[in-house]
Amino acid sequence: MDGAETLASPEDLALVERLRAGDETAFMMLVERHQASMLRVARMYVSSRAVAEEVVQEAWLGILQGLDRFQGRSSLRTWMYRILVNIAKTRGQREGRSVPFSSLAGDDAQQPPVADTWFQGPEGEWQGGWSSLPADWGGLPESRLLAGETLRVIGEAIAELPPMQAEVIRLRDVLGWSSEEVRNALELSETNQRVLLHRARSRVRRALDEYLEKRTG
Amino acid sequence: MSGERQLTCREVVEIVTDYLEGAMTSMERARFEEHLSACDGCANYLRQMRETIRLTGMLEEDQIPQEQKRELLMAFRGWRRD
Repeated sequence: MDGAETLASPEDLALVERLRAGDETAFMMLVERHQASMLRVARMYVSSRAVAEEVVQEAWLGILQGLDRFQGRSSLRTWMYRILVNIAKTRGQREGRSVPFSSLAGDDAQQPPVADTWFQGPEGEWQGGWSSLPADWGGLPESRLLAGETLRVIGEAIAELPPMQAEVIRLRDVLGWSSEEVRNALELSETNQRVLLHRARSRVRRALDEYLEKRTG
Repeated sequence: MSGERQLTCREVVEIVTDYLEGAMTSMERARFEEHLSACDGCANYLRQMRETIRLTGMLEEDQIPQEQKRELLMAFRGWRRD
């Protein structure tokens, strides 16, 4: 599987044809779909929101100029994000800004995905077993789970994550990208992508659990 | 590292994403599922995790300011003329 990539879909190829033909609706659809996320990704590498906006603008021009060379060896969005990340990194270096991967990714010491108190210690009957069982959310009404308030809790939990964790969970779980697309777009190893996703999902689950428990209890 | 020892609940929580991502060998998978079949707490945890993923999928992306859209449309028109 290493190095293997999903080819562009028929939809990707059709979209590229429309863009090459100058179809404004197709272009704006692409902008709507990716702009917010591209801004956040750019922001990881540069010093300010304003610079990130310039980087994204430059990336769109790079994407348009590169369209004739797009051969469909990866999905369109993966190809677009590679252009973006390259430009953002170059710009960040020129700004003299070097961002260590660890500060983008966060670590378990700062943000443990689980709390020690959830599990029994060495003195417990069963070390490493639950000290109190996680709640069964199955009994909660769908209207409650899908309420705006619940979704707000999720959005806030994501916003508080270290930037790379936040972006991985957004691309995977909000926008529905495959792990391979995310790895290639953000230049992550398979393991790193999974670890970041794990930390992010664990934090969001925890925030949800605390919120749902407070309201039920 | 013995394959015989049972997983603890804490370990299950740490590898739940490997399970959901299909990143386990068949042996690891069997061991994980064996624990789950006998542990209500971990079965709940796995369901919570799946529910978290489903609900996260309901979020919507941030809106983009009209001004930015207009600028990009201009850039697109400029590109076409070149």
